[in-house]
Amino acid sequence: MIKYFLKLSMILLVCSLATACVQVREYQKNKLNDAEMALANRKVEKNELNFQSYREGASGANAGKTGGGCGCN
Amino acid sequence: MKKIFLTAAGFAMLCRLNTYAQIASAKINKKAFNIYQPISNGDSTGYQTKPLRLDEVNLVSSYYWQDGNHSAVTGGIGTEHVTDLSNGINLKFVWTGPGQHKNTLDAGLGFDNHTSASQAFINKSGASRTDGNRIYPSLDWTSENEKKGTSFGLGSYVSSEYNYNSFGADLHFSLKTANKMGEFGAKFQGYFDQVRLIYPSEFIPTSTIVTTGGTTVITTASGRTSTLSSGGGSENRKENIPFSPRHTYSGSFSYSQIINPRLQVMFLADLVKQDGYLGLPFHRVYFNTGKDTIERLPSTRFKLPVGFRANYFLGDSFIIRAYYRYYTDDWGIHSNTANLEIPIKISPFFSVAPFYRYYGQTAAKYFAPYEAHATTDAYYTSNYEYAQFNSNFFGAGIRLAPPKGVLGWQNLHELEVRYGHYQQTTGLVSNVISLSLGFK
Repeated sequence: MIKYFLKLSMILLVCSLATACVQVREYQKNKLNDAEMALANRKVEKNELNFQSYREGASGANAGKTGGGCGCN
Repeated sequence: MKKIFLTAAGFAMLCRLNTYAQIASAKINKKAFNIYQPISNGDSTGYQTKPLRLDEVNLVSSYYWQDGNHSAVTGGIGTEHVTDLSNGINLKFVWTGPGQHKNTLDAGLGFDNHTSASQAFINKSGASRTDGNRIYPSLDWTSENEKKGTSFGLGSYVSSEYNYNSFGADLHFSLKTANKMGEFGAKFQGYFDQVRLIYPSEFIPTSTIVTTGGTTVITTASGRTSTLSSGGGSENRKENIPFSPRHTYSGSFSYSQIINPRLQVMFLADLVKQDGYLGLPFHRVYFNTGKDTIERLPSTRFKLPVGFRANYFLGDSFIIRAYYRYYTDDWGIHSNTANLEIPIKISPFFSVAPFYRYYGQTAAKYFAPYEAHATTDAYYTSNYEYAQFNSNFFGAGIRLAPPKGVLGWQNLHELEVRYGHYQQTTGLVSNVISLSLGFK
């Protein structure tokens, strides 16, 4: 039941995002250009991602390591 | 003492690099570091070429410490006490060449020093070394055509530690949509690693001894050789432990989209294939008969993680940074990761960011705890990385980025400090504190 709810939520989210896009001009991007709005990990998080990839079975889809490069998975 | 010295030495070296921001200041009037001298300062399109200059220097240091009682070295029981001091420096060079291509060269160097209490028990007597170092340089070049919204780049990476060596290379590119609201990115990466076959002491096979002249060569069945040579009363000892390869190939894909002036999202997916020696040779497994052996895992693994990020600027003071990942692989692990961070802007240049991360995974098919594996199992591990567990990670960070520099130091344009506490349902507990300094 929870799985169906999650799938339905994801589908609704993707559909609502796909239809919600508006053209944003350069002068309207002051909020989006804030350093903390970047769609990326913070530099200070780098070593947190490393230890998580050592201690947990999953990795990847976070612009970090997906395996290899160290004695981790 | 050594750790404090290395950190202080790295910081002092950084301070002597004399990097300068591109700001109007009477004091800052030195010529920027310059290797490449363009023939012309302009092209027919009106765009100007710019010489190579050091644009940014980033320094990240972390201290990590953990405790637990399920070490893989001792078969899923025993101390997991670990400390790790990590220091990394990144130098970012930029230049604009003919054809309006903005080029970025990112050179990095990292150095880790760790201690691991369980490592002592590779030798059953507990006499093995408990510390080690890792050094990992990297180099990445990216060329961006800002007019077309495309970029292309190459990267390389090396990591070296006593029991593990790695070489990696990647090729990456990105493409913006016509209205510049969306961007597609792809990265293809390969790691070519070597695992040193250090076995627990009780599994080092019986040696054969051959003496020729004054030299004695001892060869174990695993290929470990020791050369003992005597001459003039002195003795030389040289050990050569063989390696086994591990390869990782991955394709990483992303698509980011601006939804409105306050919201942007990103979809991520990786396809990862690994082959070779995927376990570690000093991990023990105890069968239900009480007899121990070395961890054995399949020689291939396929991983599929997919993720989603959404960042939303709420009002004028709050940012909501959300992340979700679903992961599955052919070893039987399925996991969910959810992360929420809410930076609160106390002022435009100072923010406090509490965060919480939930992680849950099912166990791999090949995992069983201490003395639970049957001798008939084809594959076996008691490494709790592959166990079923949930974890919680929470903490907070602060970020300072005043326009006149941190503490009035113009070159130090950004400072971040972050602390996190991590708890697994396996009993593993860890803490990590990190410092990031950005210089221009």
